[in-house]
Amino acid sequence: MKAPKSWILDYVDVPEGTTTEELTARLTATGLKLEAIESAGADISGPLVVGRVLTRDPEPQKNGKTINWCTVDVGDANGTGEPQGIVCGAHNFEAGDLVVVVLPGGVLPGGFEISARKTYGHVSAGMICSARELGLGEDHDGIIVLPEGAGEPGQDVRGILGLDEEVIELEVNPDRAYGLSLRGIARDVALSVPGASGFRDPALRDTPPADDGGHPVRVEDPTGCPVFVARTVTGFDPAAPTPEFISQRITAGGMRPISLAVDVTNYVMLETGRPIHGYDADKVQGTVVVRRAAAGEKVTTLDGTVRTLAAEDLVVCDDSGPIGLGGVMGGESTEISESTTRVLVESAHWDAVSMFRTGRRHKITSEAGKRNERGADPTICEAAADRVVELLTTYGGATAEPGVTVVGTPPRPPTIRMALDLPARVSGLAVDADTVVRHLEANGCTVDVEGDTLTATPPPWRPDITDPHDLVEEVVRLVGYDTIPSVLPPAPGGRGLTRPQQLRRRIGRTLAGAGWVEVVDFPFVGQGDLDALGLSADDPRRSLLRLSNPLSTEAPAMTTTLLPALLRTAGRNVGLGTSSVAVFETATVTLPHTSEPAPILPVDRRPSDDELATLESALPAQPLHLGLVATGEAEPAGWWGAGRAVAWSDAVEAVRTVADALGLELEVRPASLAPWHPGRCAELRLGDVVVGHAGELHPQVCATFGLPPRSVAAEADLDVLIEHAVHLRPATVFSTYPAAKEDVAVVVDESVPAADVEAALRDGAPELLESIRLFDVYRSEQLGEGRKSLAFALRFRAPDRTLTEQETGAARDAAVALAAERCGAVQR
Amino acid sequence: MSGPNTDFDPVEVAALQPEEVESARDEALAAVAAARDLAELKQVRIDHTGDRSPLALANREIGALPPQARKDAGQRVGQARGAVSKALGERQAVLEAEHEERMLVEETVDVTLPTDRRRRGGRHPITLQSELIADIFVAMGWEIAEGPVVEAEWLNFDALNLGPDHPARTMQDTFWTEPAERHVVLRTQTSPVQARTMLTRTPPIYVACPGRVFRTDEYDATHSPMFHQVEGLVVDEGITMAHLKGSLDHLAAQLFGEGIDTRFRPSYFPFTEPSAEVDVRCFVCRGVDSDACRTCRGEGWIEWGGCGVVNPRVLVACGVDPERYAGFAFGMGIDRSFMFRHSLEDLRPLFEGDVRFSSAFGTEI
Ligand SMILES: [Zn+2]
Repeated sequence: MKAPKSWILDYVDVPEGTTTEELTARLTATGLKLEAIESAGADISGPLVVGRVLTRDPEPQKNGKTINWCTVDVGDANGTGEPQGIVCGAHNFEAGDLVVVVLPGGVLPGGFEISARKTYGHVSAGMICSARELGLGEDHDGIIVLPEGAGEPGQDVRGILGLDEEVIELEVNPDRAYGLSLRGIARDVALSVPGASGFRDPALRDTPPADDGGHPVRVEDPTGCPVFVARTVTGFDPAAPTPEFISQRITAGGMRPISLAVDVTNYVMLETGRPIHGYDADKVQGTVVVRRAAAGEKVTTLDGTVRTLAAEDLVVCDDSGPIGLGGVMGGESTEISESTTRVLVESAHWDAVSMFRTGRRHKITSEAGKRNERGADPTICEAAADRVVELLTTYGGATAEPGVTVVGTPPRPPTIRMALDLPARVSGLAVDADTVVRHLEANGCTVDVEGDTLTATPPPWRPDITDPHDLVEEVVRLVGYDTIPSVLPPAPGGRGLTRPQQLRRRIGRTLAGAGWVEVVDFPFVGQGDLDALGLSADDPRRSLLRLSNPLSTEAPAMTTTLLPALLRTAGRNVGLGTSSVAVFETATVTLPHTSEPAPILPVDRRPSDDELATLESALPAQPLHLGLVATGEAEPAGWWGAGRAVAWSDAVEAVRTVADALGLELEVRPASLAPWHPGRCAELRLGDVVVGHAGELHPQVCATFGLPPRSVAAEADLDVLIEHAVHLRPATVFSTYPAAKEDVAVVVDESVPAADVEAALRDGAPELLESIRLFDVYRSEQLGEGRKSLAFALRFRAPDRTLTEQETGAARDAAVALAAERCGAVQR
Repeated sequence: MSGPNTDFDPVEVAALQPEEVESARDEALAAVAAARDLAELKQVRIDHTGDRSPLALANREIGALPPQARKDAGQRVGQARGAVSKALGERQAVLEAEHEERMLVEETVDVTLPTDRRRRGGRHPITLQSELIADIFVAMGWEIAEGPVVEAEWLNFDALNLGPDHPARTMQDTFWTEPAERHVVLRTQTSPVQARTMLTRTPPIYVACPGRVFRTDEYDATHSPMFHQVEGLVVDEGITMAHLKGSLDHLAAQLFGEGIDTRFRPSYFPFTEPSAEVDVRCFVCRGVDSDACRTCRGEGWIEWGGCGVVNPRVLVACGVDPERYAGFAFGMGIDRSFMFRHSLEDLRPLFEGDVRFSSAFGTEI
């Protein structure tokens, strides 16, 4: 809400010398937050004066344009008193008109410096200004022509144009709809600024009594429209200009001046907070009827849009059918035009919820709708209509018709019971009963005290006050939020981080320690991203939870995999010149499943456990994933020698390192899954559960994401790993007897995974084998095509004795025998 | 000189003459002193103490002397050999020390060579900021609560006193999932975690809920469709706004430094009543002579978040007896807190994954 300061001070007096900053600081402290203080003329400097056009000579130019060579009387403002010669391209003025002139030395918004310059064969010494050039709006139909009598030539024009006006912009929260009016702002100034006094309510006026003589109105839905006031003026001059103060103030308020009839309804809306609608009375046929629409009915609104109505919409109708969306937007058929001489003024109170729904359904945001859906004061409909009539008669030459139609009565505000000590108990401030009552009354409440309880009736401009806690806020804001003491509540002994929380930190630190850099990305994805991964049509990762209103049509769903974002990130880094990249992310993915919708449960009680379970089961699974991508060098080359390129094994090892940090050992199996290289993809298993995949990326995937070939990636389900993490590990005492080392080389078929051979060797000597490590893989012609030699270092040790050569040999032979049996291994 | 096969006359053993012994000793000592390195000393040792050295030969011949002469000769030869042995030992030590010193000099390397043989990792600053904030709450005895980001509409809105027609619903631009009739949204705040906590636990409740939230904001320097929030919730007997202020002042001091506190302004949130906006004192200028301060843009205070007393309607919907318990709640942006704590003016580097950005923060902030 933008409010010119002078307009606020029409209704309240503040002590001499109160600065705008002080005034707005108090408004902020009591709930109307200052957004900005603007002054339209702040970026204009130098001489800006009233000028009277003495001569205007049109001069056609070669380029087809016609310019006007003018002489303008600018009084003594130019220092000589001589007429000023100015070239002007606009044509909406005549000799004798009063115009706005910026003289050489002036600076207009945008840093536009004015100087005398030669143009079109003349020396143009200044400029005749349009509203847009002065930052007064987008109107560029021509230059500003001031009304006769607006000022004398040479007089500074800032005051006349309102350019010296400070405009206070306030943020108005939904519970302070009264702040959408000068009336409400001025009332809060009176309440909050020290020494402010004399609040003059602009809606407090004597209004003519209702009678049967006004335009006939029938309200068929008094819940939707509790009050409908209709007044009519005749003999209105549609050409009557809008007085400067009205157009300046509504412009400052953020609205565009259109015509006197429209401008005064906007003016009164800003003044009182009461939206008003004006109809061309001659276009309204018969009785005005307010009712809910029939589904499918149509109305063309003022913005030219044909609206198909829903049964819930409140419409204003005449004999022709709907002529407006009540409270939200008027209709085209009865719009006030350049020929309107009779104006029907509607000042009606509407049901806020209906306004909200209609506005949302038809995607209309209007100044009227904004006020109606937050709730305007229903008791001032007559006053607001009367004020409009007053302005139309004063400035538009109209005559008020005597009839006054008033249908309905304002809804009664609730009465709220509250313990007198509630404000103290809620705020922690010592607020006594007298203070409570005083502040509630200052807020406009009617208060009755009985024992230790009070009953308060909020004022009609506060529809938001419904609960005792609402009253508490009204008391505390006037006592002052800044007086609330600071007391740290003593919490009971907490349990610290949960185990999953601790383990997630451990995972992050482990990966960072291993050289991986964490990134955070958005979880949005599209099928195109999954195509880029090379996922097959039936890949379960293609089953996405879609968003109804995605920001991008490319990524309209919640992702099932962290890899597309990580691959893009890695590619971006490579593009930025970081050729070695190792990034990881831990984030939830969304795996939709079919289920019943999530119910909208009651709020007047705790839902049952069954109800909550239904809610829970409607949500998709959201497991925490780890994703990682690396490219470039795993170890850089340097003075120490060659580097080492990232390999599939780095991806596998990263996930194994994470598992190891959780006390888990993963089983690695060959697998084939997109986006990995089909021969270089490892499936990582924890027991029977596949927890993820790792390996080298498919060359096409690398190419698609702008990564060098042989980049690697992994993705794993951290929830499973965390769930199975070893918690209490028993201590192991290690044997101190000497170890016996044996190296064993076995030849197997190329297709036999090394892990199988290792497992067989391990299982073959379960008692004495302390450790086993594969230290070489060897292929040769001698071994034969499709054969490989695997060399293992075995370390045997007994807990209670030194092993004899025979024992060690027997254990080794047993190990090899099992490898032979299971894997066809032949010892070399 | 005599040898094992020469005729043996003990009396005439010249080698055992005092002059001979002394001369052999002196020769040996001179040779020891002259040895310039360990190799020369080794040769000296062989020449003067080896089996064929004069003193060794002399020693061997002592046995041939008559008993009365043995003692004298033995003493004489023994002393000589002792002196030589001592001298050898000392010289050995000196030469070894010299050798070692020389070797260390020769082994000198250029220690200014680069040593970065391993990639440096790093954690994301927002993760670190979240953990730091969580640690502050844990130190206060609070716990960290979590919930899903794809959330039931009821938990994100209705349970928090944001009914379907509440004007405040338009204040939050919500991502809805398809189909809308399923009533599932991307949470717009971490408040549903508060609702979940109240629904599943009995007071006293002291929890903080950090996490990702979503709004349909176009991505620019100050807006992101995804950002991070931390909310706090306390439900206990006798809780007041003073406790809310105390908790936020404590958080501010822990996060931004001793003496940094907060101020409240009336505001509106459906979840709380009364509600307040929280400003935190600028930790750079501390609110003194703020005009030139870039961090707070001359305000002395920085907008931080929202807070208030939990609306009793929320307590009712979440199964907490509002007659017995009261609560407070607050929320603020983690990204935003990070941005002004670390002088970052554009939030986009947080989400663009440039490894240079994250690595700079290492594993702690
Ligand atoms: Zn500052």
